[in-house]
Amino acid sequence: MAAPGPAGSGETPLLALRGVTLAFGPKVIQQNLSFDVRRGSIFAVMGGSGCGKSTVLKAMIGLLRPKAGSFLVEGEDYWAATEARRTEIGRQRFGVLFQNAALWSAMTVGMNVALPMQMFTKLDEPTIRRLVMVKLALVGMEQAVDKLPSELSGGMRKRAGLARALALDPDILFFDEPSAGLDPITSSRLDDLILNLRDGLGTTIVIVSHELPSLFAIADDGVFLDAQTKTAIAHGSPSVLRDTCSDHQVTAFMRREHDDADGDKKV
Amino acid sequence: MRNDTPNSPSTRVESPPTWQIHRTQGGAVCALGGDWIAQTGRDPEFPADGLAGSATGATLAFDGAELGRWDTGLIAFLWGAKRAATAAGVTIDHSGLPESARKLLALLPDSLAESAPAPRRGFRPLNWLGGKTIGMLTELGFISELLATTAKGGMLSLAARARIRAVDLLANIRDAGPSALAIVGVVNFLIGAILAFVGAVQLRKFAADIFVANLVGLAVVREMAAVMTAIVMAGRTGGAYAARIATMRGNEEIDALEVVGIPVSDYIVLPSVLALTVTMPLLYLYGCLVGMLGGFVVALAMLNITGLGYLNQTIDAVPLDQFVFGFSKSIAFAIMIGVTSCRIGLVAGRSAADVGVAATRAVVVGIVGVIAMDAVFAVIADVVGI
Repeated sequence: MAAPGPAGSGETPLLALRGVTLAFGPKVIQQNLSFDVRRGSIFAVMGGSGCGKSTVLKAMIGLLRPKAGSFLVEGEDYWAATEARRTEIGRQRFGVLFQNAALWSAMTVGMNVALPMQMFTKLDEPTIRRLVMVKLALVGMEQAVDKLPSELSGGMRKRAGLARALALDPDILFFDEPSAGLDPITSSRLDDLILNLRDGLGTTIVIVSHELPSLFAIADDGVFLDAQTKTAIAHGSPSVLRDTCSDHQVTAFMRREHDDADGDKKV
Repeated sequence: MRNDTPNSPSTRVESPPTWQIHRTQGGAVCALGGDWIAQTGRDPEFPADGLAGSATGATLAFDGAELGRWDTGLIAFLWGAKRAATAAGVTIDHSGLPESARKLLALLPDSLAESAPAPRRGFRPLNWLGGKTIGMLTELGFISELLATTAKGGMLSLAARARIRAVDLLANIRDAGPSALAIVGVVNFLIGAILAFVGAVQLRKFAADIFVANLVGLAVVREMAAVMTAIVMAGRTGGAYAARIATMRGNEEIDALEVVGIPVSDYIVLPSVLALTVTMPLLYLYGCLVGMLGGFVVALAMLNITGLGYLNQTIDAVPLDQFVFGFSKSIAFAIMIGVTSCRIGLVAGRSAADVGVAATRAVVVGIVGVIAMDAVFAVIADVVGI
């Protein structure tokens, strides 16, 4: 696929990676990685298991410093900024849903959502309580406000984690394997919810996943990472990659499960 | 989150959110204006009784023409209106709202069942006492059962028939034994030195300098080495066992063991208890030695005695049965610490905070248990006449 360019006419992309190399010590995970995330898009970071998808996400949410290259947030070099500035960007703009939701287990669901607001805003308790209820109701979890994370099922935990990610009204949401471990129905409900949040709140969403049905359903742009060459080998939305990509490996990945799902195409 | 404007939040002055209800023929129109940003804390709340008195079947429409930027703050307000409308039997007409706000509002339920606070019940002493008693008896039963299975496993392992892996046992012994030498040594050395110091000051008044050796030797061998070593091990190893097992429980590792068919008592409890039972008596002997060395150093420095004289006096003062007594006590302490800390880990909750609670409990129960058991031993020794 062609090298990524600015999506709109001269508009700065909301997020951009430029020649990023990620490594744990001497072990290189991904190198020379470049892509743009357009404002308001649902951007998928795709690839097989172990290709470094989650590592790329870690670099974008500030948990892993790249060995080379830059990560731009609206043109501002994130990793060149001071730690205080990085924290500020992360707090004001990023919301993260971790793979296992990572709810703070000692707190109720409501307290999990309320904590970022209590720490970082000057809102009074009744207002916080009201906003917590709205955020929980948006993900359909308002009944579970006083439950502990250990009392929830996997799908409920994911939704509660999503409500917590929304706590400070971020304009960029990062999802690490949102549908991992969920049944198809729950997973597709979560997809609808993600679409609604994007359409409703205008949030840009970066999603790391290899769940093809969910990728086809929601992502409108993306990048395909390869474990062998350790870099991005294709750019585009999942369905475009499936139908038109010239790289055999990418189409094989995108189609295989698709064929399995349809069955009749296999013959 | 940004809507209807390309400007970034920091560069734009926000106008305060406004809302106004105009009564019309078919119901009411709510005109919204300004910026509705949740984090400013300025967003008003739709009064729950704001639509009371409206005729059933009336319509509440919205006029969002003056609306600026908004985020979940507006959604919170609209949800309030939606619930008030449902309560008053008023129909909502979304058509004046931005498309995206309509989508989000559709996700929200019509009413919110406020979860009732748990009924407060008065303090009932009898209930409390009964609950506590049953809890304690149950716990005693569990511990005895665990002790029995562990003892059985220990017997089997002596006959080399238990499903316990030597590598687990050796790893546990290494953690409980050699790595504890330094701290056990420091604590016992200082205890011996303190005893000698206290004794020296008093005994010197009676020119009974040499009896410091008796004091230090007896106190260390009979009580201090066993108790101090056990307390150190309760804090160091008992806490670690409880935290490790509680974490394994949180990660479903204990469930996995049970499903595979590996008894928890064989795989976790037995190696832990055995390791403590093997190392604690050895650490006790080491503690005796270091404690007496501490006393020896202080006595030599403070008193008018020779090293050889002190050694002779110590050997005369501490008969072998004192060592046997202390040695048996340290075995009992080891079993108690091992079993209780494993038990506390096994019943811990599954959250991160529960791991901390389990570790704390294991240490507290271990230390109190050691001292209580020591008191029992003292009474027994008095009766038996050791």
